[in-house]
Amino acid sequence: MADIKLTNLNKSYGAVQILKDINLDIKSGEFMVFVGPSGCGKSTLLRSISGLDSVTSGTLEIDHAVVNEVPPSKRGIAMVFQSYALYPHMSVFENIGFALENQGLSRAEIKKKVEAVGEMLQLTSYLTRLPKALSGGQRQRVAIGRAIVRGAKVFLFDEPLSNLDAALRVQMRMEIAKLKRDLPNTTMIYVTHDQVEAMTMADRIVVLKAGVVQQVGTPMELYERPNSVFVAGFIGSPKMNFIAGTPAKGLKAKTIGVRPEHFEFSTAKTDIAGTVDYTEILGSDSFLYVTTPSGMLTVRQPGRTEIKTGQKLNLKPIAQHVHRFGDDDMRLAN
Amino acid sequence: MLKSFSLEPSRIALNLAVLFIITLWTLPTAGLLISSLRDKNDIAASGWWTALASADRNQVGRMKGKADQVEKDGKFVISGNLFEGQDAVSGKVSAFGSKVQAPEANAAGSTVDLEGGQTLNVNVDGSYVLTSPTAFDNERGSRVFFISSQPPRFTTENYETVLFSEGIGRSFVNSLTVTIPATIIPILIAAFAAYALAWMKLPFRGLIIAIIVGLLVVPLQMSLIPLLKLYNAAGTFMGVPSKTYLGIWLAHTGFGLPFAIYLLRSYIAGLPKDLIESAQIDGANDFKIFRRIVLPLTFPALASFAIFQFLWVWNDLLVAIVFLGSGPDQLVLTGKLNALLGSRGGNWEILTASAFVTIIVPLTVFFSLQRYFVRGLLAGSVKGG
Amino acid sequence: MTAQIIYAFITVVLGVGGCFGYFYGSNWLLDRIFPANASNDASAVRNLRIQANTRPWLFLGPALILLSLYLIFPVIQTFWLSFHDRAGNKFVGFANYAWAFSDDEFRLSIFNNILWLAVVPALCTLMGLVIAVLTDRLWWGNLAKSLIFMPLAISFVGASVIWKFVYDYRGEGQEQIGILNAVVGYFGLSPQVWIALPFWNNFFLMAILVWIQTGFATVILAAALRGIPEDTLEAATIDGAGPFKIFYRIMVPQIYGTILVVWTTITVLVLKIFDIVLTMTNSQWDTTVLANLMFDWMFRGGGDFGRGAAIAIVIMVAVLPIMIWNIRQANKEQGGH
Repeated sequence: MADIKLTNLNKSYGAVQILKDINLDIKSGEFMVFVGPSGCGKSTLLRSISGLDSVTSGTLEIDHAVVNEVPPSKRGIAMVFQSYALYPHMSVFENIGFALENQGLSRAEIKKKVEAVGEMLQLTSYLTRLPKALSGGQRQRVAIGRAIVRGAKVFLFDEPLSNLDAALRVQMRMEIAKLKRDLPNTTMIYVTHDQVEAMTMADRIVVLKAGVVQQVGTPMELYERPNSVFVAGFIGSPKMNFIAGTPAKGLKAKTIGVRPEHFEFSTAKTDIAGTVDYTEILGSDSFLYVTTPSGMLTVRQPGRTEIKTGQKLNLKPIAQHVHRFGDDDMRLAN
Repeated sequence: MLKSFSLEPSRIALNLAVLFIITLWTLPTAGLLISSLRDKNDIAASGWWTALASADRNQVGRMKGKADQVEKDGKFVISGNLFEGQDAVSGKVSAFGSKVQAPEANAAGSTVDLEGGQTLNVNVDGSYVLTSPTAFDNERGSRVFFISSQPPRFTTENYETVLFSEGIGRSFVNSLTVTIPATIIPILIAAFAAYALAWMKLPFRGLIIAIIVGLLVVPLQMSLIPLLKLYNAAGTFMGVPSKTYLGIWLAHTGFGLPFAIYLLRSYIAGLPKDLIESAQIDGANDFKIFRRIVLPLTFPALASFAIFQFLWVWNDLLVAIVFLGSGPDQLVLTGKLNALLGSRGGNWEILTASAFVTIIVPLTVFFSLQRYFVRGLLAGSVKGG
Repeated sequence: MTAQIIYAFITVVLGVGGCFGYFYGSNWLLDRIFPANASNDASAVRNLRIQANTRPWLFLGPALILLSLYLIFPVIQTFWLSFHDRAGNKFVGFANYAWAFSDDEFRLSIFNNILWLAVVPALCTLMGLVIAVLTDRLWWGNLAKSLIFMPLAISFVGASVIWKFVYDYRGEGQEQIGILNAVVGYFGLSPQVWIALPFWNNFFLMAILVWIQTGFATVILAAALRGIPEDTLEAATIDGAGPFKIFYRIMVPQIYGTILVVWTTITVLVLKIFDIVLTMTNSQWDTTVLANLMFDWMFRGGGDFGRGAAIAIVIMVAVLPIMIWNIRQANKEQGGH
C-alpha cells in the first residue's frame, strides 16, 4: 500500500525550471499515466519520484513519509526503463536477482524468489540466458520481473514500450494491463508520449506541458471534458479540430473544438463549408481533409466513404459534442 | 570495399607492390630472427640471407700422421675422415686439393696422384684414403684443402648462452617484475578514477578532467630530474634505497594515468545511463556498481589500455635507467640489451638472440590481442608517445 | 634464478595486492563505519549521504595523488629549475635559455629535430595512406597490415639492434653481413659506415622511426577509409572519375581530419624522440636531438640541472600547441566528450 503525494514540487536545472508547482495525489494501487509532448517534464517528474533526480523545492511523500532526501534504493520503488537497462553481462537469473543480492538475501531465498517470478512471467526456460539472446518482448518481461521480485510498493515505467514494434507494443500493453490486475495493491506510474497508451491503460492520466500539470482525470474525463485547448488537442486521434472566428463567435467562445467524428453534413450552406482536399480510406474508417475558411478540418466517416476529392461539403458540428474555449484557451462552462 | 574501381589488369601489380612493401618491412626482423639461430661463426662469416641456401665453404683438414698408418698389400695406407676430430664444419665435400691456392682442383670421389707415388682419394662424405709405396714418416699428417657445401644449419646455442650466461634470463624476470604490476596498478587506479569522473557527483569534476587531459602533453623526460631528486631525498629520509621496484611501478603508473583516465573515462561515460541508474535503484552502492556492472562492461577498453601500457612499460628504457638500479637483480631487458650493445657490439650472436628474447613477449601480446590493440589505438590516437 | 623468480613473484603479488587492498579496504571501511542498513531509516539515509559524498574521493584519491606527484610537481619544479644554476641553488634568470640559444650543440639539436619533423611525419603518413589504400583491396590485406604494424610492438632498443644489423659495416673487400652494404656492394659501390656519415646519418636513424610508425598510420587511416560511405565512391565512379581522381578528390578529403590527427600524433612523438638516438649513436656524429641533449646535461658529466631543465621547457613549449590542437581535433573526429 503506497499513496504518493506531491506538494508544490519544483525542479530546476540552473535557471531553467523543469517542473513548476506540481501538486498530485496518487492513490495506492492506482495506475497513473503521465503524458505530454517531449520536453514537458514527465520523465523528470518520474525520476524525481524515483529519487534519481533530486527536487529543488516542495515535498514528495511515499506512504505518508517525506522521501525528498531518501536515496532511490530506500524508497520502495522499482523502475522499468525505456531501454530496459538489463545488465548485458548477467543472465536473466542474475538480472532479476541483483536487487535481492544487494539486500543481502541468502542464495536459497534469491533462487526461490527469482524462480517464482520467472514462472509468473513465463521466463522459466530463459533464466540462464543472457539478455542479448532474448526477444524484445522477453526483455521487457525480464525488466518487469526485476521490478516484481523486489516486492516494490511502487512501479515506475519510463516509456517502456517505445522501443517495440507496433504489433509487440499492443501485446505488451495487454501484459502490463494483466500485471496491474495481478498486483492490485501496487501503485504504478507510467510515462508515455503516446496518448493511445495513456487512454488504454490508465486509471487516471496526468497531462503535462512545459512542467505544469494541465489536467488530471480518467481517460474518459479527459476525452469528453478537456479543460484546455492543449489537452483537447493532445488527447484523441486524429486531433480535435479547432475553429476560430464566426462559428466560434456564434457560440460565445474564442475557439470551439470539434472531434473529427462529431461532424454532420448539411445540405444547406453552413458557416463551416469547404472543399474536400484529400481522402484517406482505412477500411474501418475514412478521413476527409476539408479546406474551409477556418483552416483544414479533419472529418471521420465510419466505413468507406463515397465522398470524392474536390467535392464541396457543408459541415455542422453536433451540438452536444462542441467544446468551447475562452480567450485564455481554457474551457468555458456550458 | 572499393571494388567499384578496382581495375582487374592491375591486380597483379597491386599484389606485387604490397608484397614488395611487406618484404621491405619484415626483412630487418627476419634478419634478426634468422641470425639469432645461426652458428656464431656463420653470422660473422656470411650474410644471414645466405643461411637458407647451402653454402660453399673453403675448409682445411689435416690427415693423420705416421702413427695411424697401416701396411696393406705392400702399400702404406692412412685413412680417416676430414670432418672427424677436426675444426672443419661438417658438410658435403665437392672438391679438394693439396694446395691452399687450389682447393677446387679435384672433384670429390676422384683419386689423384701426389708427389712420390702417393695417391689421395677424398669422398663426398669427407672420408679419405692416402696411400704411399713407402712408409710415412711425418708425425703430423699433411693438410688437405677442400670445398664443402654446408646445408642450412640452425642452432639454439645462442639462446642458451644469452639466457643462462649473459644474464638475459634474469633480466627477463626483472622485466616481468616491473611490467606486470606497472600494468595492473594503473588500470585499477585509472578505472576507479574514470568511473568517479564519469558517473559520480563530485565538485570540480570538469576542472579535474581538464587538468588530466592537459597532463597528456607533459614530456616524460621532463619529470625525471625532479622525481629523481625526490626519490633520493625520500630514500635518504627513510633509510631505504631510492631505486626500488615500488618506485618504478608508481612512476609508470603516474606517467600512464592521464592517458588511461582519458581513454577509460570516455568509454565508461559512454555506457548507458539507464544501466547505472537501474543498479542504483536495485540498491547497489557505487563500489558495487563499479565492480559488478561497469568493470565487466568496460573490458574492451581495459584490455586495450592494458596492452598499451604493457608494451610501453616492457619496451621502456629511459624510466628504467633512471628509477631502477643496474645490478643483476634490477636491470630490465631493454637496459640489458642496451648495455650489451655497448659491451658486445660486435658479437652479433649475443645481440641478435638477446634482442629476439626482448621482442618475443611484445610480439606475442601483439599478435594474440591485436584486435584490442587496434581499438585502443583508434580511441587513443592522441597519446602521441 | 629460482630465488629470483620467487622473489619477483612475491613482489608482484604484494604490489598488485596492495592496490586491490586499498580499494576493497577503504570501501569496506566506509560501508562499515556508515552502514546503509542502519537500525532506523533516518540514520541509514544519513549514512548513505555520507557515503555518497566520501566515496568519489576514495575512488579518485590515488589517481590525484599520483598525478600531482609524478606530473604536476615535476612540471613546476622543472620550470623553477630552468631559472637556476647547475645545482639549483642560485636564481639566474634567463641565463640558461640564453646559453641554450647560443650553444652550437643546442642549435644542432634544433636543426636535427626540425629535420626529423620535416621528414618522419610526412613519410609515415604518406606511406600509411598508400599502404592502407593498397591493402584495402586485397583479400590478404589484414595480414599485410599486421606485418607492417608489427614493429610498433618492438622496443626502440630492440629496433636499434635490428637496424644496427641492417647497417652493419665491414671493411671494403670483406664479406658484408649488413644487408644494406651487401645490396650496395651488389651494385658495385663501396660499403659505407651509414650511421657515422654526418648529416645523412640522420636519415638512417629516421628510417627506423618510419619503419616503426608507418603501421600506426596505416591502421588508423585504414579504419578511416573503411568509414567512407561507399555510395560516394560509387557516385564518383558513375560521374566518370578514375581511380586516382577518386583517391585525391573523394577519399582524401573525407578522411582529411584523420590524416591530420595521424600527422600531428607522429609529430609529437618526433619532438620527444630519444631512444633511437641514444641506442643507435648515443648522440655521436652530429645526430643529437633535443631530448638527448637534455638527458646528457641532466645525467652526464656532473650534470647541469638548470640547462637540462631549460631544454625540457623548450620541448614542452614546442609540444604543447600541437598536442592541444591534436586532442581537440581527435575529439571532433569522434564527436565525443
